[in-house]
Amino acid sequence: MTAVEARPEQTNEIGRDRRRKEDARLITGRTRWTDNINLPGMLHLAMVRSPFAHARITNIDTSAAADAEGVVTVLAAKDFDETLGVCINAWPITPNQKAPAHPPIATDRVTFAGEIVAVVAARSAAAARDAAEMVEVDYEELPAVVSLEEAVKDEVLAHPDLGTNKSALWVFDSAQAGTGGNVDEAIATARNDGIVIERTYRQQRLIPAFMEPRSVVCDPTGEQITVWSATQIPHILRFAFAATTGVPESKIRVIAPDVGGGFGGKLQQTPEEMIVFAMARRLGKPVKYTETRSESLLSAHHGRDQIQKLTLSATKDGQVTGLKVELDANLGAYVAIVGGGVPVLGAFMFNAIYKFPAYQFNCQTVFTNTTWTDAYRGAGRPEATYAVERLMDELAAEVGVDPLEIREKNWIKHEEFPFTTVAGLTYDSGNYEAATAKAKELFGYDELRAEQQQRRASNDPVQLGIGVSTFTEMCGLAPSRVLGSLDYGAGGWEHAQVRMTPTGKVEVITGASAHGQGHETAFSQIVADRLGVPFEDVEVLHGDTQIAAKGYDTYGSRSLVVGGEALVRAADKVLEKAKPIAAHLLEASVEDLEFTGGRWTVRGTDQGLAIGELATAVFAAHNLPDGVEANLDSEATFDPEAFSFPHGTHLCAMEVDTETGQVKMRKYVCCDDIGNIINPLIVAGQVHGGLVQGIAQALWEDAVYDDAGTLVAGSFVDYLLPTAADTISFEIDHTTSPSTTNTLGTKGVGEAGTIASTPAVVNAVVDALRPLGVNDVTMPCTPERVWRAINESSAGGETTGAAAAHFDPSTGMSGNVDRTEGDVQ
Amino acid sequence: MIPASFDYVAPTTVEEALAALAQYGDEAKIIAGGQSLLPVLRMRLNAPEWVIDLGRIDSLKGVRDEGDSILIGAMTRHCDVATDPLVAEHAALVARATATVADEQVRHRGTFGGALAHADPAGDLGAPALALDAEFVIAGPGGERVVPGSEFFQGLFETAVSEDELLVGVRIPKHTGWTAHYEKFVRVAHQWPICAVGATLKVSGGVIEGAAIGLTNMGATPLRAAGVEQALVGQQATEEVVRNAAALAADGAEPPSDLNGDADYRRHLVTVLTRRAITKALGG
Repeated sequence: MTAVEARPEQTNEIGRDRRRKEDARLITGRTRWTDNINLPGMLHLAMVRSPFAHARITNIDTSAAADAEGVVTVLAAKDFDETLGVCINAWPITPNQKAPAHPPIATDRVTFAGEIVAVVAARSAAAARDAAEMVEVDYEELPAVVSLEEAVKDEVLAHPDLGTNKSALWVFDSAQAGTGGNVDEAIATARNDGIVIERTYRQQRLIPAFMEPRSVVCDPTGEQITVWSATQIPHILRFAFAATTGVPESKIRVIAPDVGGGFGGKLQQTPEEMIVFAMARRLGKPVKYTETRSESLLSAHHGRDQIQKLTLSATKDGQVTGLKVELDANLGAYVAIVGGGVPVLGAFMFNAIYKFPAYQFNCQTVFTNTTWTDAYRGAGRPEATYAVERLMDELAAEVGVDPLEIREKNWIKHEEFPFTTVAGLTYDSGNYEAATAKAKELFGYDELRAEQQQRRASNDPVQLGIGVSTFTEMCGLAPSRVLGSLDYGAGGWEHAQVRMTPTGKVEVITGASAHGQGHETAFSQIVADRLGVPFEDVEVLHGDTQIAAKGYDTYGSRSLVVGGEALVRAADKVLEKAKPIAAHLLEASVEDLEFTGGRWTVRGTDQGLAIGELATAVFAAHNLPDGVEANLDSEATFDPEAFSFPHGTHLCAMEVDTETGQVKMRKYVCCDDIGNIINPLIVAGQVHGGLVQGIAQALWEDAVYDDAGTLVAGSFVDYLLPTAADTISFEIDHTTSPSTTNTLGTKGVGEAGTIASTPAVVNAVVDALRPLGVNDVTMPCTPERVWRAINESSAGGETTGAAAAHFDPSTGMSGNVDRTEGDVQ
Repeated sequence: MIPASFDYVAPTTVEEALAALAQYGDEAKIIAGGQSLLPVLRMRLNAPEWVIDLGRIDSLKGVRDEGDSILIGAMTRHCDVATDPLVAEHAALVARATATVADEQVRHRGTFGGALAHADPAGDLGAPALALDAEFVIAGPGGERVVPGSEFFQGLFETAVSEDELLVGVRIPKHTGWTAHYEKFVRVAHQWPICAVGATLKVSGGVIEGAAIGLTNMGATPLRAAGVEQALVGQQATEEVVRNAAALAADGAEPPSDLNGDADYRRHLVTVLTRRAITKALGG
């Protein structure tokens, strides 16, 4: 060895674009998905579901199904007692919220098409499915209420016993809260001498459409009842089992093995989970249920589905003076676990990045005879962001200035942070000017505006529109005290443990429950840096209540900002415990020790000890200081004082073919400020995926019901999920304003793309058409709607109930698939 | 997504397949590439007792030169049709349309004959076949018979193939030297077309000598835009001629209304797509 060469390789793990260590097994499927689990003697379940949106069950004849080959038993609600449990609503948003009981199996009445009315247990999944078709259920159809517009009239009731479809009215008023002025006064003033923008926007219903359908296995044969479920929330599920079935929590173990996506769709305690649990206990054998894709689309919870009536007041030069929101939110047939609270999360985001002096938010949750709704990526915040970002564009058009100019006039300036908003939240950090400047440059904003002018001047059949979305969000669902103040039925801390193994490896246990996020990689990077051990030496364990005993699971962009900080604190405790032992073994005083690169060294000497060596020494415990435990393992629970507030500027260029109404994305640029970044590659993946999901709401996805309450978009033929072929390459960049609510300085990124992109796309479509007299296009912006907006000056309402599905048994396909002549491809 | 139980037979000759059809009759469904039948079975929209698989009948695969025409075997996969040199040379419109069917995976399983016999009005191949005056070769207990496209497509998912018969091939008169374009309109790439137009033209010295225009998803069956063709033939290939001809595209069509558009929108759309298809076929 002659000279030490400068080593080009990066030594810090944080900030490095590590390939995800979990991907090989996830992508090849050579791993444990719930449906891959097969236990000795296991029985399979199939559900019998209501085809009607609202009906009385007059009789259930299970005899033919029960006699079928391979069938063990067929049960309906009457065959169960209270140990079946109930589906809980963990967030009653008002004290007088109306909520019907939500049994896992309908008793005498079904309230949406897809509700479970009976369950079959058989020796194979095929036998169970065959027998489910043999269960004869007699229904007496009742009038169904399907749309929000109808439901608020209270003419047809989803639950006649409740006497109304209205569940709860949740109100925030800045004048009452002391966080701002009186919005009605602001609007009245603006009507007299200013600008008032009044709009109604529709947030169509979406289906989370995670890749892995939900699956549950329950093994009742051990001392503990073990449940595997494709869920985002193993800890909350365990609590729900215990709280509603009478089985002590200590007798229940819940495992979320590798889970194939969730997007909020697996943030649920499902009827299927309750039924599997009850059936396994009743039959004394392992039981499995895996839903079909059709069942998943039909009966796993849906998202969005709001109508927003908005009034924005401003001075003539575009200074916003007030925003009033009157929002109807469709709960579907039941109040799901946090279903009522999802629109309330939006309450804090309608004012977004702006300094609105007066604000009022009224949210009416409403029952209909449709699949229940709950969290879907962004949960309340995309809806709010859409509304305000669309309104800011409308205001800019009214004032006659560039939409970025009107935003700058109203947004919080970087020197004003921390800033307490009119909704009462304190934003810790941000720099909207910097993100916008960077995004504009990357986008080529001025050049595209010039091209737009050119196309307008030449009356080009393809017009160009530029859409802006300067979003922020509150994420890292946490502060337990804040959640408590909103009557949320749980806390929001997160827990972590760091264990040193005898050979010097590190086991990290987190209460977060990954379902595709890349926690194993990102958390390994954090701990590797903190303890100075190789990335490869860190193993992340999660998703099993026997291993990760405490936790609040994964949703709301919380895993890194809450769970990551818990991990940092647990790792620091390991170092605190280790230090006196290191001093003892090095025969030095604690004050003389330094810890760098995973080693303790005695200042001024060449003596040192690596953390791995120390772990071995502690395992042997031959030579420890007096009174010191032979244990370096540590744990920490972290409950932040505030949310974190990522923000960003998204710019989208859309080409609109005015002859056909077809829209085509030309360019998409975003500059997000998500604080410090642990793994840029994972962040890019989250942003890209999030963008596509938000763009899909703007352009493609719509869970359409017909007037009778049948889900018309019940397969991927009609529920249009985009693929890579439908998207362009996005350009993403970042500015960095570290969060002050956690020591890593991180902010959540899991939902950012979804929250920001929807209004950017629709703003671009509307911007292209504004010279033609168009000021709105209802989502999804189908070619037909765009064409009608151009030719009939209407935004196009709800997708019509007359519309037919490609696979709808009642139209086209069914009458013909029964025919026998000719081949079928 | 578990189909109801069925029995399965995989004949290796057309004769065996016809015998199986004769034996199982209306309790059987024929499977070719399975790209439409399997979803139907898995969603339990149909539960045949027998499935007769044509996948092992080699004589039904491939494209043959028959002098004035080419014959595409019913079991030729889309990916093979789309890249076949005979099809490219003599039936360019079929090659263009086939290359747009669904996605790469579907094109590697789905078959030309299967798709045509399924007769989904939104299928991409009916309109091009109709436009090119294709003849459908149908085998039955009494031997083979040949029906023209105008008789083959009888309604929504209905064809001239009767219960005891099989579509074995499609004969397409050579359209050598004809240019072609298939203009397909979708919201997402893998979707059935909301509407599509196949145009193929023979132009000599700037004059349109021949024109064949087929419309997809503009009615219960594929349609031929005869009015458009008549307005083109014998005319100079000018923008004005094309525009005026294309304006006739919706004449006589009764398009469906569904999630992707109402009938009146499709009637407008088809005129735009027809103009574009012709213009692109002309090299514009």
